[in-house]
Amino acid sequence: MQSLIAEGVDTVFGYPGGQIMPTFDALYDYMDKINHILVRHEQGAVHAAQGYARVSGKVGVALLTSGPGATNAITGIADAMLDSTPLVVIAGQVPAASLGTDAFQETDLVGVTQPLTKWSFQIRKAEDIPWAVSRAFFIAQTGRPGPVVLDITKDAQNAETEFNYEKCKFIRSYFPTPDTDPATVKEAAEIINSAKKPLALLGQGITLGRAEKEVQAFLEKAQIPAAWTLLGLSALASDHPLNMGMLGMHGNLAPNLKTNECDVLIAIGMRFDDRVTGDLNTYAKQAKIIHFDIDPSEVGKNVKPTVGVLGNVKLTIPKVARLVHEANHNSWIAEFKPLYEREYKSVIKKETEPTDGEIRMGEVVKLISDATGNDAVMVTDVGQNQMVSARYFKFKRPNSFVTSGGLGTMGFGLPAAIGAKVGAPDRTVCMFAGDGGFQMTIQELGTILQSQIGVKMIVMNNNYLGMVRQWQELFFEERYSFTTMINPDFTAIGKAYGIESRQVKKREDLADAIQDMLKDDKPYLLVVEVEKQGMVYPMTPAGTAVTNVLLGDE
Amino acid sequence: MEERTLYTVTVFSENHVGLLNQITIIFNRRRLNIETLSVSPSAIQGIHKFTITVFSDRDTIEKVVKQIDKRVDILKAYFNVDEELVHQEIALYKVSTDQLLKSGSVEELIRKHNIRILEMTETCVVFEKTGHYAENQQLFKELSETIGVLQFIRSGRVAITKSKVERLSDMLSAIEKKMHKNHE
Ligand SMILES: Cc1ncc(C[n+]2csc(CCOP(=O)(O)OP(=O)(O)O)c2C)c(N)n1
Ligand SMILES: [Mg+2]
Repeated sequence: MQSLIAEGVDTVFGYPGGQIMPTFDALYDYMDKINHILVRHEQGAVHAAQGYARVSGKVGVALLTSGPGATNAITGIADAMLDSTPLVVIAGQVPAASLGTDAFQETDLVGVTQPLTKWSFQIRKAEDIPWAVSRAFFIAQTGRPGPVVLDITKDAQNAETEFNYEKCKFIRSYFPTPDTDPATVKEAAEIINSAKKPLALLGQGITLGRAEKEVQAFLEKAQIPAAWTLLGLSALASDHPLNMGMLGMHGNLAPNLKTNECDVLIAIGMRFDDRVTGDLNTYAKQAKIIHFDIDPSEVGKNVKPTVGVLGNVKLTIPKVARLVHEANHNSWIAEFKPLYEREYKSVIKKETEPTDGEIRMGEVVKLISDATGNDAVMVTDVGQNQMVSARYFKFKRPNSFVTSGGLGTMGFGLPAAIGAKVGAPDRTVCMFAGDGGFQMTIQELGTILQSQIGVKMIVMNNNYLGMVRQWQELFFEERYSFTTMINPDFTAIGKAYGIESRQVKKREDLADAIQDMLKDDKPYLLVVEVEKQGMVYPMTPAGTAVTNVLLGDE
Repeated sequence: MEERTLYTVTVFSENHVGLLNQITIIFNRRRLNIETLSVSPSAIQGIHKFTITVFSDRDTIEKVVKQIDKRVDILKAYFNVDEELVHQEIALYKVSTDQLLKSGSVEELIRKHNIRILEMTETCVVFEKTGHYAENQQLFKELSETIGVLQFIRSGRVAITKSKVERLSDMLSAIEKKMHKNHE
């Protein structure tokens, strides 16, 4: 406990059990210093810690018991690893003497989580706790952040020890931030200065490095159009004139097509995920590629850059920006416009401003974004609801978007939104989920009830596992194998948890319901019955070229 | 697909429980089969050295080694091809005393392969041979085809780079320097 406080921890998401009881008992004495939020399932504790970390920039902490408590946390740990979220997950373990005996609720958590964490360590002696905790926090938040697991045996929790806390500042085998080779900075600047048609790709590295201002200044100086990855959302204001929208499978038409037309591609804190690149053999082959990243193992992993600039983008981008000439690429930038207009006509208008037919997800998202002044935190679940929210929600401020990108974890939304609201209590937090994903962690409504967390939940109910149904429609001859959902009355469930809940079936009622939802800071469940067989367009089918964009109107 | 070459991966790590697992799972994910593996304390106290050989293409081994190097408790990982290394393996062969004596050419055999005899009983003899994989294999083949081999075991590869100093010591001193600078 003292170690946690020494690390500045004031919020913990957890769930007690046999092997972590001594720690929970200690927590009882620290309730004035540490706000512990009792979740309803350990997966929820980890996702909540993730949501908390991503909006606050602090390390998220989850506290759980051994065995099933620990295994329930695995999904969240894997999610945090792929999305580089700083977490410290503390789990109880059977007493050291019982290790390896299949004791009650023993699982080899360290063994299981080694490939899913930055560091996973078992503490068997009380005197090791301060050392391991300080190391855990250091590792979780430095360099490329990620989850750390501490597995503490029950006897280590029980033993008394002299408390001597020294914050970890250095580990000799760990180099969080690689040295930046000045030659790469120079080469990058030269390539950028020679560019006629540059395109920048903005990733979560910008958010994690808190480098939004630096990147914006760089883009403005050289007038480089930019597009963000899913996790790069909110790294630049949505309405910034150089912001050309989202990359990837359901991204915007213009930046995806322009990827294969630009002469210089500048990747900033992103990892060329397959959902962004599509077929690598046809990806940006014409362009010189500059890759800025803090993780040397990402540079050249998927796409071989002309030059890789290692380091925190907060430091490397200004270095390059200094050497870059002011430029204008007006005619190149102008080329994005007609593509946007084509997408607007084929997709966006129908999705966000429909006048008849069933309610569209896009219009729901747009209305809510508008109603919050584009200043809310958006948390999403996974599926069509996620892609539509990412496409149509608008951002003014950084650290405003939380989603499960790398792992694509259904059920992430609700608990992550709880964590986000705890991490940013003064902001409106809107959580968008589908009817499928919402039911994967629906029990966390109990957490909202108990801790009175003012999350605005929007369930977009299409009575389908919509994203899978979309693939079935496009690639499996409309054979809708197990994707229809018979759902309960979600508002009745919300009400049972004491949460104000409202269902909307008609377009005319939508605006009013949204006003009602946003009238105060209390939790609210808005269930919108949306188009049953909606499609998310544009779409680049998996594994095909980025330019192979379906607009759905052919 | 590129040619597959035998690469020797050298890893220096802190001496923590579970490190071997951390390393091997990275090979597993890329479907690389570890040919040989040896683990031992390095020249520097408290630091362990893993020597791993694996067939791979250059692109994959580069990525794998970067991912190993990235692990928190790993000090350094790098890879070499055979030409850059002095490497050695040891092999033990158990043969029947009877058969050996019957073959008649014991001295010739021992001289030719630089064999050491470690143990000899009425029933069997244990040979030791050190050499490259291929050399040790050659002896196994010869013995199998003539007097027969009762038991055979070989170690993993141990290797040292041909460059003068163990690179790790350079690196450690560089780290220390950097740390001092940060603390000033
Ligand atoms: C835990 C988990 N299981 C399965 C999937 C596969 N999957 C991806 S999207 C999706 C459908 C989601 O349905 P719903 O939550 O209703 O959202 P919609 O697409 O309809 O908006 C499924 C099943 C997943 N991503 N995560
Ligand atoms: Mg659905």
